[in-house]
Amino acid sequence: MTTFMSRNDLFLFLGFTVVVLAMPIWLAPFGAGYPDLLQRFMIFGIFAVGFNILFGLTGYLSFGHAAFFGVGSYAAVWSFKLLTLDAIPAMIFAVVISGLFALVIGFLCLRRSGIYFSILTLAFAQMSYNLAYSVLTPITNGETGLQLTLADSRVLDAAMGQTFSGQPVPTLLGQQLGGYAGFYFCAGFLILAFFIAQRIAGSPFGMMLKAIKSNQTRMQFTGFNTRPYALSAFVISGMYAGLAGALLAVTDPLAGAERMQWTASGEVVLMTILGGVGTLVGPVIGAWIIKYFENILSALNDNILARFWSFLPEGAADFMVTITSKFVGDGWHLTLGLAFVIVVIFLPGGIMEGVRRIAAAFRRSGSSSAKPSARTQPAE
Amino acid sequence: MTILKRGLSRRRVLQTGMAGIIGSGVAPLVFTKGAWAQEFCNNPTGDTVVFGLNLPLTGTYAEEGADEQKAYELAIAHLNGEGDGGLLNVLQPSALKGNGILGKKVTYVSSDSQTKSDVARAGATRMIERDGAIMITGGSSSGEAIAVQGLCQEMGVIFMAGLTHSNDTTGKDKRRYGFRHFFNAYQSGIGLAPVLGQSYGNDRQAYHLTADYTWGWTQEESIKAATEALGWKTTAAVRTPLGATDYSQYLTPILNSGADVLILNHYGLDMVNSLTQAVQFGMRDRQANGKDFQIVTPLISELMAKGAGESVKGIFGTSNWHWNLQDPGSIAFTKSFGAAYGSPPSQAAHTAYVQALLYADAVERAGTFYPPEVIKALEGHEFDGMGNGKTLYRAEDHQCIKSVLVVQGNESPTSEFDVLNVVQEIDRDTVAYDPAIFGGDLGPAEPVPMCA
Repeated sequence: MTTFMSRNDLFLFLGFTVVVLAMPIWLAPFGAGYPDLLQRFMIFGIFAVGFNILFGLTGYLSFGHAAFFGVGSYAAVWSFKLLTLDAIPAMIFAVVISGLFALVIGFLCLRRSGIYFSILTLAFAQMSYNLAYSVLTPITNGETGLQLTLADSRVLDAAMGQTFSGQPVPTLLGQQLGGYAGFYFCAGFLILAFFIAQRIAGSPFGMMLKAIKSNQTRMQFTGFNTRPYALSAFVISGMYAGLAGALLAVTDPLAGAERMQWTASGEVVLMTILGGVGTLVGPVIGAWIIKYFENILSALNDNILARFWSFLPEGAADFMVTITSKFVGDGWHLTLGLAFVIVVIFLPGGIMEGVRRIAAAFRRSGSSSAKPSARTQPAE
Repeated sequence: MTILKRGLSRRRVLQTGMAGIIGSGVAPLVFTKGAWAQEFCNNPTGDTVVFGLNLPLTGTYAEEGADEQKAYELAIAHLNGEGDGGLLNVLQPSALKGNGILGKKVTYVSSDSQTKSDVARAGATRMIERDGAIMITGGSSSGEAIAVQGLCQEMGVIFMAGLTHSNDTTGKDKRRYGFRHFFNAYQSGIGLAPVLGQSYGNDRQAYHLTADYTWGWTQEESIKAATEALGWKTTAAVRTPLGATDYSQYLTPILNSGADVLILNHYGLDMVNSLTQAVQFGMRDRQANGKDFQIVTPLISELMAKGAGESVKGIFGTSNWHWNLQDPGSIAFTKSFGAAYGSPPSQAAHTAYVQALLYADAVERAGTFYPPEVIKALEGHEFDGMGNGKTLYRAEDHQCIKSVLVVQGNESPTSEFDVLNVVQEIDRDTVAYDPAIFGGDLGPAEPVPMCA
């Protein structure tokens, strides 16, 4: 076992697994222990982990990852419509399609690096969004969104003689995937995705990616052809995004073009930076925090605020409601922006850096005989 | 978490990471509750019942969403016996008592749907799963309505659609758990075509600009069919993305297309922009084929007419309802809405308010919140007094059959709200149609799907 995984990695993985699987329990007091949000935690966690392979490990900042996410969703919904309501073929189909899509886009975009690469990916993603939104409406159903209907052909299901009444919903071997079943299904994939990312980061291939990040030119001078490595990272990360998109379609079988918009691409960048670029857990934590605040803050309205501030005297309560209402509901992005600015200024390494600092402070105060500084970590 | 041994650096990372989440999660959890009982989704067990309002507070239809929110707040106040009672006094027949629903006080949660189907669906899921909403209502776009309606069928929660005008909502995409009070594009076509024929003649070349989603598609189809039946020809139908702001690239080709009527299948901010820009282009001063060039807006509301200002004068369209109608229902609603918010209600506000009341009334009549019973109470229900004359909630497709208004932009408005004139009230027998023409399948009401 120790040759397979280092002790630290194993503990990290086990700890992560326990935390994820126990989420319905420990998130319940926070008002987040309901299936839809938990599913989103898992799905965007996968998205962020995949994004981090490209951004955190390889150092390429893609501003167009939502395109792969959307492609995964559309592919999965089409699989539900044409083949079968079972989730497994849909996910395989989605991951393959988004991988191929990433291969094409990556091949073109990776000719440049730095800001030019970011702009190229942004351009491709925006093109994909517009295609989905208004050009390819026969495939994507545009703004209305692609949905399952009773009239879909579902060739495989029909061949097996299955019929449905009511609203068709995705299943796993006949088991419906709504609610907590959907959550554990997604959680399984997040744990798997995390494990693979961990293995990639610790492998010679991962070392190669880290080398590309620290100095690509030097790599080339020493005789390495870096393109295939960067492209592989790009495709893997695109497949992660496709997997996340497919899971979103499994838990909620509607694919809309909005999930491909540049704001969605920007969101995953925020998640990764907020959590901690280049760390394994950081992006997942970033994704959870953003989704959590999105769900909690955007649901607040003036009435709820008025109830919350009602302990204050009349005038002061109204004043507080007026002020705070700007930061909740449709204005929750203002809160996100503020939090983001604060994190980037004071903790450039994201929440994980905060965690490290706190840990270091504890160690110093805990035992005076401790070594003065923690081991420095390369490429982080 | 406790299985980790002390002294591992990763462990601290992980543990304190969690602490980080918890530390930053100082959010307002006090607000949330989650209590669901057994028999059906969100069976209200306490002394309150929660409505889930799914409203576009940002995006192209934001203004409609804001007006709907006011209407729902008013409806909920009236249902709880606060305020002047509004339409509770005029609904015929009515089982409402003004003490909440089945004695339970009505409260609400809301979610901003951003005029996007995806977001609307996520918001509705949250309100059902987390906030325990017994019914979802609202929306100002057919894309949203159809997406949320499918979700509600999946979850077994009744959806009372807000403003949605696409034929598909109660046509090809109809659902057993979805109900629509608003009229649809097909009825707009039936109502509007004769008026257009009278005013503009039977020999016209029409050019459509269409919002590129389900509502635009079906309205284009319906208006095309209705005007072609008059003898008009359709020169071209061009799709524009929802939420476009600059229409000049779409307007320029019209000048040389040979068309003499421009039909704008737009709504909300889209319509305000496209109509204003078309008028600025000088379209209405033009002559084409020896006739005055005309613009038609098949679906128009007072909010949009207000937004378009001068440009809307003399332009024909249809509406579901208008605040200036003189029946007791309309007068009562305009009065209580005006008293609460200082402006007359829009058609979006009206349909939202009426839907909330109709749901409450159906629950009272059914004597239970159990959705299949409520559905039965709504299906085939005939009522009067809500401002649209006698109205039938048709059982076959859950579409309300009632009269439709043909309106025209007011040439000499007396106030900023007096922007539309009712030209004609088309009675409901004329705009009724065979529900079978759009196909679709409502699906079953039972067994009740069980959410979460």
